[in-house]
Amino acid sequence: MSSFLDRMLGRVKLGGWLAVAAPLLAVVFAAVITSVILLATGKAPLEAFNALAQYGAQPRTMVTIINTGTEYYISALAVAIGFRMNLFNIGVDGQYRLAAVVAAGVGGAALVPGVLNIVLVIVVAVIVGALWAAIAGLLRVTRGVSEVISTIMLNSIATGIGSWLVKNYFGVLTGNELATKEIPADAHVPGMALIPGTQLQVSGFVVLAIVLGVAYYVLLNRTRFGFELRATGKSESAALSSGISPKKMILTTMIISGAMAGFIGMPELLGSSYKYGTNFPTGLGFTGIAIALLGRNTPVGMAIGALLWSFLDNSSDTLQLLDISKEIVAIMQGVIVLSVIIAYELVHRYRIVAEQRRVSRELAAPKGPQQVEGAPA
Amino acid sequence: MLRNRVSKLAAAGAAGAMVMAVAACGGSDSNTSATPGASAPAASAVKVGLAYDVGGRGDGSFNDAAAAGLDKAVSELKVTSKELEATQGETDTQKEERLRLLAQGGYNPIVAVGFAYSGSLAKVAKEFPDTHFAIVDDDAATGANIDNLVFAEEQGSFLVGAAAALKSKKGDVGFVGGVDVPLIHKFQAGFEAGAKAVKPDIKIQTKYLSQPPDMSGFGDPAKGKTAAQGMYDAGADVVYQAAGGSGGGVFDAAKASNGLAIGVDSDQAALPAYSAVKDVILTSMVKKVDVAVFDFLQSDVAGKFTAGKHVYDLKAGGVDYSTTGGQLDDIKTQLDEFKQKIINGEITVPTS
Repeated sequence: MSSFLDRMLGRVKLGGWLAVAAPLLAVVFAAVITSVILLATGKAPLEAFNALAQYGAQPRTMVTIINTGTEYYISALAVAIGFRMNLFNIGVDGQYRLAAVVAAGVGGAALVPGVLNIVLVIVVAVIVGALWAAIAGLLRVTRGVSEVISTIMLNSIATGIGSWLVKNYFGVLTGNELATKEIPADAHVPGMALIPGTQLQVSGFVVLAIVLGVAYYVLLNRTRFGFELRATGKSESAALSSGISPKKMILTTMIISGAMAGFIGMPELLGSSYKYGTNFPTGLGFTGIAIALLGRNTPVGMAIGALLWSFLDNSSDTLQLLDISKEIVAIMQGVIVLSVIIAYELVHRYRIVAEQRRVSRELAAPKGPQQVEGAPA
Repeated sequence: MLRNRVSKLAAAGAAGAMVMAVAACGGSDSNTSATPGASAPAASAVKVGLAYDVGGRGDGSFNDAAAAGLDKAVSELKVTSKELEATQGETDTQKEERLRLLAQGGYNPIVAVGFAYSGSLAKVAKEFPDTHFAIVDDDAATGANIDNLVFAEEQGSFLVGAAAALKSKKGDVGFVGGVDVPLIHKFQAGFEAGAKAVKPDIKIQTKYLSQPPDMSGFGDPAKGKTAAQGMYDAGADVVYQAAGGSGGGVFDAAKASNGLAIGVDSDQAALPAYSAVKDVILTSMVKKVDVAVFDFLQSDVAGKFTAGKHVYDLKAGGVDYSTTGGQLDDIKTQLDEFKQKIINGEITVPTS
């Protein structure tokens, strides 16, 4: 029997039409509950959904949704690597922010020209993210400190170190805004004019996000490391007895998760703001956790989840134009995550019951002497 | 069987969804409610768009001051308005989108509340050269259609710093800043200079609630309470807060420890939100964002938009200290002396 946690994190697969039924059920759930909340606050749900649909159909909005979704997706990948082996890396948030600060400082110093600077910035970010995550990994392996606790604390410390670095080393004051020195124009990653009808360009990092998504799939499903990772996630003792070192796996997984987190800030840093300041996005690591749950740790599921999340986040202004409070977006997001978890659980249970029925029918059908007293659980 | 019931529940849920959807259909066409401002018969054609910083209307501080200016314009100038609010942790792109949404919707003029809009406003103002923009607290975004409304926070803070030192019995005062950013450093610098002008050896405790880019220090009363409690416990008896929505926590701490606190941005002792703690609010450093916003809207409606920096200092009446509650009556002459000296230029208040 699979545990609830296994089913929640998508480690048990659904087959056939059930794989479609679960997300559909979740969407219906979420729509119903949101409608009830909207009605309770005296707003017309259809009007709100209609405004959302119209907003989402505009070319400019689509570009914004894709660009924000890119960051969310990479964040979800970073979180999902840990989830697949029962490691809850809550510290993705601190890892990407610290990585971005240091990378922004190095990039702003323009040590090397052009494309080399882009490569340097990304490499620095990945290394910083990996090292910061390694601290939590080492604490878990050597002292048995739960990575949940240590990464939450490390998030705080990362914030402190980040603003200390900006204040004392990297910072340039413009008006009331303190930010790192802007990365020179020759190291800006260009956008792509993919969607007609708008001047806004799709971030070049979409390509990177797709590559990372494929790499995630290959790493987990097509390599020995991935097999060992999933095995350790399912049962540490079984993994140990088949020659896998769980400690090594924990440390390596944390480092890979942190390295992936290093990429999260790059679309903003190299493709949009070119500096790390007060408007640098925060909380992407936590968004990643929600999306990993939503996408059940599968590369495609998380991509859909990231786009949905980004759509909702970016639509809060449209709802405000209709005098609907922007907090309704947060409610919708929460409801969707819960709906997905509940819908999958219901479908899983339905599948189990259906299976039991089928077995008991098959056993009962031949007029054998065996008496079936209810199906075994 | 339990499991049977679960699957029935799922089916019932799906059926319920359809019923709800139908109900929603019925409700929608009757519920196109009119916005309050739009029904005024004498409404002018001017549609004002206002984009708040994190916290929005109801923060009892900075954003509320801007909201007060807008409300005055709505009632006196008969303009209609639309207000949008920022989300914690959003990017420049999302701020740009908010301003674009307003500009595209025909809102003109548009007011951006807070220096966080600096980069995004500069960009969007270029895309909409016929729309007039104003930004509060920022002079870095400049353009032919941008009005920069900035304040001399350090001058007002100097006066409340002097008031704190005059009222402190223990010679120990505190400063709680929302987020450790250059704008709030101006409040701190002015406060310290004012306190030291009265009592050169005064002890000043300082604490910032969060470090950028974590802007939660402007909207977390619990953090404000903890920080201020620490200062009162360590011997302070007057604490000045420049912490936006977190300031309420500082007042709570003052009430709990029988200390005094100094408000910021709005005349906080007069706000209904703080009526339970108004007796501990010694004074407030009033930063008249409402005046600045109203002035801007008034001149724009009259067709007299002027781009560039407008400084609201003590001289212009843009900053001041409040006297609500009457706790400053005995030292008012001393404070007004300082005020006059700053206006004359005899005292130059540091900004950092």
